[in-house]
Amino acid sequence: MPLEIYLNVAISGILTGLVYGLMALGLSVIFGVVRVVNFAHGEMMTVAMYMAVVLFSTLGLDPLIMLVPIAAVMFALGYILQKGVINAFVTRPESTQFLLMIAIAIILVNVLLIIFGPDAQGVQTSYSYDSYAVGPLIIDATKAYAAVASLVVAAVLFAFFRFTRTGTAIRGCADNHTGALVVGLDVSHLYALTFGLGTACVGAAGVMLVLLVDATPAIGPAYTLLAFIIVITGGLGSMAGALLGGVLIGLTEAMAGLLFTPSAKSMFGFAILVLVLLFRPQGILGKAAR
Amino acid sequence: MNRKSPKPSAGIGPRITRRTFAASAGALAISAGVAPFNIVRAQSGALKVGVILPRSGYLAGIGQDCQRGVDIAGPILKDLGYPDLEIMNGDTESSVDTARSRAEKMIGDGAQVLVGAFDSGESSAIAQVAEQKGIPFIINIAAAPDITEQGYKFVFRNFPTAPMILGDAFANQLEIFGMTGAAPKTAVFLHVNDTFGTAMAKGIGAVSAKFDLPYKIVDEIAYDPATKDLSVEVAKAKAANADVLLVVSRLNDAILMTRELVKQRWTPQAILSMGPGWYEDQYLKTLGKLSDDPISFVPWYDPNKKLSPVLEAALAKAYPEVNMNTNHIFTFEALLVAADSYKRAGSADAAALTDAIRATNITDNVSIGPGIMFNEKGQNAGVKDGAIQNRDGKLVTVAPKAAANADAVWPMTPYGERG
Repeated sequence: MPLEIYLNVAISGILTGLVYGLMALGLSVIFGVVRVVNFAHGEMMTVAMYMAVVLFSTLGLDPLIMLVPIAAVMFALGYILQKGVINAFVTRPESTQFLLMIAIAIILVNVLLIIFGPDAQGVQTSYSYDSYAVGPLIIDATKAYAAVASLVVAAVLFAFFRFTRTGTAIRGCADNHTGALVVGLDVSHLYALTFGLGTACVGAAGVMLVLLVDATPAIGPAYTLLAFIIVITGGLGSMAGALLGGVLIGLTEAMAGLLFTPSAKSMFGFAILVLVLLFRPQGILGKAAR
Repeated sequence: MNRKSPKPSAGIGPRITRRTFAASAGALAISAGVAPFNIVRAQSGALKVGVILPRSGYLAGIGQDCQRGVDIAGPILKDLGYPDLEIMNGDTESSVDTARSRAEKMIGDGAQVLVGAFDSGESSAIAQVAEQKGIPFIINIAAAPDITEQGYKFVFRNFPTAPMILGDAFANQLEIFGMTGAAPKTAVFLHVNDTFGTAMAKGIGAVSAKFDLPYKIVDEIAYDPATKDLSVEVAKAKAANADVLLVVSRLNDAILMTRELVKQRWTPQAILSMGPGWYEDQYLKTLGKLSDDPISFVPWYDPNKKLSPVLEAALAKAYPEVNMNTNHIFTFEALLVAADSYKRAGSADAAALTDAIRATNITDNVSIGPGIMFNEKGQNAGVKDGAIQNRDGKLVTVAPKAAANADAVWPMTPYGERG
């Protein structure tokens, strides 16, 4: 097989992996601070995908333009959900939290089914079928835009946590919950902010993913699982780890599909997960439990 | 001694005494015991047809599409002079177990003939129930060959089996090659790796050997039907540098595959599909001009038959946005068989109805082939595939010649030149 095929597939895997990484970033942020495992993560992303589909089909608004407004709406939904429902479960046993999040996931899927039906719906932008030819390489334009947008959103999120007072306070909550309470931080509000940010992240990922994949109500669970694989591989709670995990899984699946058989490409993603759990249980960039 | 004559009864007819009552009751009991289930109904009312389809679950879309064939059947059958059908709707929920229990319930509720169920597994389950209860079952769509190889007496199928579908597909391909002068030398084969795709892949290997095909399959690429990205698969197929793309897919992956073909700037000479997806309405609507030119080899309708435009017009009236397809054609024809046999049997008695179905000889039908007639196994061995090509958002039949209404376009118009 010619070399450019390998390069094309590798580039495609990395670009897709960056979008996956942004999706997983939301999960990692929420777990890293609130310590609640969001089993409704993929379903929340599906909600954002449908928002993009509706805005495109009714008003002709390009998903990339609507990225920020949809992320803002998802932030508000996440904030309200955390403040109104999930906050009461933060101190409860993990099994209860799992059940709550799974219940939310089931409700979201069924509400989407009632509203939109089971058929796939997508958006066809003017650049949906564009690709860039760089020498012998062909780069999917949509994937490139989505990957760049993922990097921008991730950079903004990193900057927020690193350079703002609220971001620092949230990191304080994550490091020491009791200490945060002692110094007078409004932990409940900060948790809700964090959940909102995580939901906004996955919302942004959903808006970009709808450029690559059609939305169906049942699409969520597969992406929830994928997000878990990525954050466990990259390191649960590590933002850089989530992006790295996304790229690693995207690249591994693409190359495995090319070198072995495409029908087994998911298997290689799981194989990476098993290897990480065996040799570095905290994930590639995760911190070991003390 | 004078015997007293019996007093005349007050009403008309003989007076019922204790002795005559006991004799009548005994006779009734004996006759009931001898023939407890032989309930013969004269053709006084509508035939109760239990239509069992996957109306929910993962096959819901297809089940609901089949229902369109049911919805438009009534007036057409009436115009053809057939007796009324009373439709009883059942949902398999896309589950084999539910299909079985629904069939039992429908028979319990009075269904006199069953129709269904699109899926081979579900149809097999219903066939077992129909056979056990002695109620005729007319399969609308199901391709697994073994359903009509079990020696069933009450099961009939007006749909080709998988080997028939494949055999016709290759025969139609040869006809198209002859017609267009095309002689592709290589093909790359992409297929889903589910039960259907794997079975078709095996079948293609076995059946293609019997045909003198000009092309050789240079690479076979299996993929997960639930995949969200086919970029690797298409890159691999493109690298094979084959003349034609042979596919067995579903709807969503057919759309994904086309998008990748466009993005990766590869237009093969032809896309030859031996499964669903490429001719479906959603494919045509989603992709617009990019949906043109693939050729699908599927059980189809003969546009030159008298009844075809009637069915097409009825569907267009009821569902203006929907193109007529396999689901509508064969579900309608299953009801046609039921109505025709009921008319000839003159009764809804299961045995009489079954005999009448077995003797079916409908030449004024819709699907390709000589008509609807069943062999000793209950299979319509004459039903044929058609080769259909997407053209400007519509579907035209390009083979077999007897059922064609257009010439095949070969090679495909390059994706980059479609405006």
